[in-house]
Parts: sequence; structure tokens; C-alpha cells
Amino acid sequence: MKTCLHDKHVALGAQMAPFAGFDMPIVYRGIPEEHNAVREHAGMFDVSHMGEFHVGGPGALAFIERVFTNDAANLPDGHVAYGMLTREDGGVVDDLLVYRRSATSFVPVVNAANIDKDFAWLQECLKKEGIEGVELTNLSDNVSEIALQGPEAEEVMRKALGLDMSGLEFYTFCEPEWEGHKLMVSRTGYTGEDGFEIYAPAEVITRIWDVLLEAGVEPCGLGCRDTLRFEVGLPLYGHELADDITPVEGSLSMFCKLDKPNGFLGSDVLARQKEEGPKRRIVGLELLDKAIPRAGYEVLDMEGNVIGHITTGYRGISVDKSIAMALVDAPFTKRDTQVQVRIRRKTFPAVVIPRRFYKKSYKK
Amino acid sequence: MIYYSTSHEYARVEGNIAYIGISDYAQHALGNIVYVDMPEDGDDVTAGEDFGAVESVKAASDLLSPVSGAVVEVNEQLIDNPRLINEDAMANWIIKVEMSDPSELEGLMDEAAYKEFVAKEQH
Repeated sequence: MKTCLHDKHVALGAQMAPFAGFDMPIVYRGIPEEHNAVREHAGMFDVSHMGEFHVGGPGALAFIERVFTNDAANLPDGHVAYGMLTREDGGVVDDLLVYRRSATSFVPVVNAANIDKDFAWLQECLKKEGIEGVELTNLSDNVSEIALQGPEAEEVMRKALGLDMSGLEFYTFCEPEWEGHKLMVSRTGYTGEDGFEIYAPAEVITRIWDVLLEAGVEPCGLGCRDTLRFEVGLPLYGHELADDITPVEGSLSMFCKLDKPNGFLGSDVLARQKEEGPKRRIVGLELLDKAIPRAGYEVLDMEGNVIGHITTGYRGISVDKSIAMALVDAPFTKRDTQVQVRIRRKTFPAVVIPRRFYKKSYKK
Repeated sequence: MIYYSTSHEYARVEGNIAYIGISDYAQHALGNIVYVDMPEDGDDVTAGEDFGAVESVKAASDLLSPVSGAVVEVNEQLIDNPRLINEDAMANWIIKVEMSDPSELEGLMDEAAYKEFVAKEQH
């Protein structure tokens, strides 16, 4: 599949590759160059491949509360919450943002690779949970999206698009008019920087892309989207979260409201896991060498026993260190614990550190 | 004389010594190189087997030796400055090998054959 911006990426000379069924831009000018543009100025990502659903009707809130780990009941209208869809066993179907327009209108935004799985899951839950008055719609084919990220994002929104976002708080959204079209704009992102996510139909997103490009915003590929999110310790589904990695194991309990009056799917399992302490957990690692720990590499204790694996690893770009997130057994999750990482034919010493490798600079 | 392998390493041969690195095509395909994993002086390398890796931001790619022999020198400049390979892949060889079987060179491509090979791979 192609996003509405596909031909523009190709014309700009982006290196393209298949991702979640879409032919997506991985890199334009260079991953470090694009990464730094987002940290220092402003960059934009075509994230039209992401999935958007609508959950509407009088039963919408009750349904979201039941399937979503975070708090939707106390979320004010116009606010966004990050959380997960969990199964009864606590495994993660997907992680997502939920936009609350009102108690009867929610927009979940999900990972591209999981659109079909998530939608089928929600349909199944709707049947099983017997919640009445819920309308579930998959908007993904009709909604495109640009993420504009970086310290200059607010200024670009004002100067290039004529949209004053100075009053829009972190994790809130609005639905402004632009050139006669209604947009949905949230102050969110996946880079650790200030920025916005803009949702609109394809023809509007195409137009916005051109305007932002004209304004000097750096086009960025999925390559630096991953290095940016990684450096601030944000998880990627399939790496730090998965069908068989729970939010508690993913070190994301803070996004699970475990004391909802009626619970959510899997909340009892997760509450117990949190209480007892998970058997393994996602931690940050710093390698004491220039070698680079990559996803899948084994993590060993000092005697050489396998105690986990790397879930994401890089030579940091904003942080000049070899760093990783890793899923390791409970006895090795404390800060400053010494471990080893096997990289090809050698092992390298590493130490457990907080997984916020680079400080976020959100506007709050 | 310069020889190339199908996995995009080159061997620049002077007498019994081969300077081994990656081709300009390979460095371009990899993008910014951030780390080079190299063997040590005195290690043996075997034709067709990996002796290290070059890593871009995104991924690690194994380095396969085009020839067999003993490593007599590694390019230590690459430890602190791996991007030298992006600047000039042919000048910035990775290891220097004393060949044990120079007849292995016959199984490699010359410059013209490699150019053709790359042109095909791009399609």
C-alpha cells in the first residue's frame, strides 16, 4: 500500500522500504541529520500509515474503559491518553493514543502493523463484553497524518499554517479549520520533543506537507523516528511491548489504571504482577564499549548465563554512547547492575541505567 | 590490482598483501557508518567467512573476507572515525591480510565485472 505522500517521498529521493504493508520512507538526507533537525529545529514525518478508529455512541465510554488500560473516565474532553489494549492474560494487543472528543466519541490511534488485528479484537470484545450502544468504525483509509516535531514546531504551525497552537497543552487536541477543512491537531508525538500530530483527509495532508516543506521543515523518515523515540525510552510495539510482554514487564505500569471500578481486560493479572513484581522487566543498558547492542542479542550475567535479550539498541545520536533497552530477568533490573551483552563472537560489559537516555523537552 | 566479492568487500592486492575493505557501492547503501567491528592483529581470516562487521545507524552488516590469511594490521583510525569509510571507502581499508592462498583471488571479480554485478543488483 501507499500513503497519499508516497510519490512526494520518491520525488524527494527518499530511500523507501516496506513497513507494515506500506512502502514507507526510511531516510531522506541521513538518519543523524534528520534526527538532529528534530532535536534542534523542526522535522516532519508521514505517519499516514497509522490506524484511526472511531468509537461512538452512549456505550462508548464504558467500552473504552473496559478495553483500554489508561483512564478514559476522568480524561477531560479534548484530552489524549496513552495506554494499551490488553488481553485477559495481560498480554498487549497494541499500544495506542485515545483521543476523547466527548463521552460518546473517542478516536483511538493505533500502530499501522496492528490495524486489522486491533479492529478485529475490538469487535470481538464488543460482542463478548455485551456493552450496548457502541458504534465502532475503522477510519484508517480516510485519515492521513503528519507528525510535525521539534522545538520550532509551534512557530512553524503559526507561520506556515496560520494556526496558533500556543494555548494547546501537552496531550490535548483541537479541531481547527484550515483552508476550509477541519483538522484534528494534538500536541503529541513520538520523539521526546515538542510537536504536533495533524490528522486530515489525504488531499489536505498532501497540501500541508507541501506548505511545511516550503517553510523549510526537514522531511524525516522512519529511520530517525526510531532513534528519536528510543533515546527518550519510548516503547515500540513488537520490541518493548508484545503479545507476550505485559505493560508491567514493559515498565509501563504508570499507563495502567489498575483501580478502575470495573477493571479493564487483564487488570487483575497486571495488578497481581505488579504486586508480586514481574519476573522480567524492560530496563536501559549502557555498553562500556563502542560496539552496538542490537535487537535480539543476548544479555548475560557475569557468569555467562543468558538472562534476557536486547529489544532495541543503537549508538545514540544525541547521546554519544552505545545504549539499549533490554528485557532482563528480575534480579538484574536494578540500576548499576553489571551484565554482559553478546555481540557476534565477543561479550561486552554493560550496566543497567534509566532508560530515559536523553531528556525529553516537552512543553508542559 | 583490485578484486571484489559478491558480498561487496574488496581486496586491493600488493604482492602477498591484501588490503580489505568495503566497496563504495556498499558504503553508500549502508549510509552513515557509526562503528566498525574489527579482528585483532594476528587473527586468522578465512575466505567467505566473517571477520567483523560494519554498522550503520540502522543495522549491522557482517564483513566477509574475500581471501584467507593472517591479519597483519587493522586500520585503527576507524575506531574513532568510522565515517572515514563513507568519505573514501577505497582509501580506508579495514584490515591488511597476508594471504595464505593467493589463488583464491581467481574466484573474485575484477573492477569491470563488479561494476556489471552492481548494475544488475540495482535492478
